[in-house]
Amino acid sequence: MKELRVLSPTAILGYGFPKESFARGLDKDPDLIAVDAGSTDPGPYYLGAGVSFTDRAAVKRDLKLMINAGQDREIPVILGTAGGAGGAPHLEWCVEIVKEIANEDNLNFKLATIQAEQDKEFILNKFNQGDISHLPSVGEINEEELKASTRIVAQMGVEPIIKALDMGAEVIVAGRAYDPTVFASLCIKEGYPAGLALHMGKIMECASIAANPGSGSDCMFGTLRDDHFLLEPLNPERKCTTTSVAAHTLYEKANPLQLHGPGGIIDLTGTEFEQYDERVVKVSGSKFIESDEYTIKLEGAKKVGYRTISIAGTRDPIMIKELDHVIEVVKETVRDNFDELDEADYELLFRIYGRDGVMGDLEPELEVLSNEVGITIEVVAKTQELANTICSFARSTMLHYGYPGRVATAGNLAFPYSPSDLKAGEVYEFNLYHLLTVDDPCEVFSVEITDYR
Amino acid sequence: MAETKNIRELVDVIRSKNAGPYEITFDFIFKSFDIYEKVKASKVINERLIAELYDIAIEDVISVINYDQAKAIKATIVRPRSSGAVGETDVYGAQQHAPLLSIEVPWERSKYEED
Repeated sequence: MKELRVLSPTAILGYGFPKESFARGLDKDPDLIAVDAGSTDPGPYYLGAGVSFTDRAAVKRDLKLMINAGQDREIPVILGTAGGAGGAPHLEWCVEIVKEIANEDNLNFKLATIQAEQDKEFILNKFNQGDISHLPSVGEINEEELKASTRIVAQMGVEPIIKALDMGAEVIVAGRAYDPTVFASLCIKEGYPAGLALHMGKIMECASIAANPGSGSDCMFGTLRDDHFLLEPLNPERKCTTTSVAAHTLYEKANPLQLHGPGGIIDLTGTEFEQYDERVVKVSGSKFIESDEYTIKLEGAKKVGYRTISIAGTRDPIMIKELDHVIEVVKETVRDNFDELDEADYELLFRIYGRDGVMGDLEPELEVLSNEVGITIEVVAKTQELANTICSFARSTMLHYGYPGRVATAGNLAFPYSPSDLKAGEVYEFNLYHLLTVDDPCEVFSVEITDYR
Repeated sequence: MAETKNIRELVDVIRSKNAGPYEITFDFIFKSFDIYEKVKASKVINERLIAELYDIAIEDVISVINYDQAKAIKATIVRPRSSGAVGETDVYGAQQHAPLLSIEVPWERSKYEED
């Protein structure tokens, strides 16, 4: 029976995996080792600032095992969304690690890098041509907002990775990529149905999270055949069950039956999950529906300022009762004291843990039921110095304000730290999560091959 | 008086999580296919209920979807702000599920069902 065998070591490169599980996967004779190296989940900072949310030493540990295994068996190693966000500095960071491994272990291979960061002028042109459309929950984009972006990446489909494979790449480090593509590209290149290949990739990008018990730091093995695929967790303590796999399909997706990706939709309305044996699940019936137009998701982040925070608490019931009033007075006093400043120069926020610190605007229950509350004083300002100044002033004002009914006159706040104020640096926000229509799926992704000999 | 069961008795999983930086999605995975079918038939988990529980406009409830294969119901809402924007309280959106734990499901007790 014709089949393609894929090893997924871990849910995110750098999250680690047991060597025993990985060895068991290698014993099963894989044709591909692939891993997803990123996500938008940790927030906009990493994309904007150009740094990885994963740790360098942990990424190197995982990659060293993967690249050596790939070279030993002469099979490709593919990683997508390099450096966590998949922009140019993230890719560079990751390639540096790959080079280090090649040098240390005396490896010779063809390395492909695939850039996913976009030139702002190019994207502005596309916008002016009407090639950028918005998703319902995001809203429209305008020229000003696009210009404000610090960094823009595009999520590649399988095509640029297939192109790299065609060029003879043995190790592929791809920038921002649609998660399933690192697993699906070799499968689709070899002629397997795209629906099954992408659905298998969708599950395998989270490694053993789809097993029971689930884990993002343990290996999963996928076997793709012409009309189905099999999923087997490589740790004998875990099993794939029809419900664990079906339930995973829900995760982080608004509609589990139609998964939108580059160039089309993975349609799961006809998908069947069967228990193949005690630990293995068989999946069939997943289809890929090509769209009329090939769209690619763009992600952008812009810098909005600099942050300083102060963490404190209060155990005083009178203070807790007067908290909204106290916050109002502190805000007013700050405004008065710095009346030469514009409203756009800074934002002063108070977060009350014990009330709505976790859910904010979505919190339906605003009564404080505990004896104490945690308070963060947060300032986001146009410069770090200004953020420091406003935070410091708001903190001292809140500490000593004589609110109505006060009996404890020594200070209103308990600070766990000295210094009490912490500089948190640059602040970014997502400002682009839109679709770009392209004529050629490889158009905005450049593939470069380097020979390590 | 119609009897009800608290949702906590009926599920293995209730969770919230970002579905991309602009949406939060809620999953209810039920203990059995029978329970799932009963809750699904009751239609108690719907757009209006989600809007009420979070005190948001019904237009901000993007969808409520039954997913038979996973014996699951899924609801998705528009995030109050994009993930990590100034004012954020939960970057991953993983702690927004608590109001769902209070849902009461109409439950006709069958004769042979024990207390």
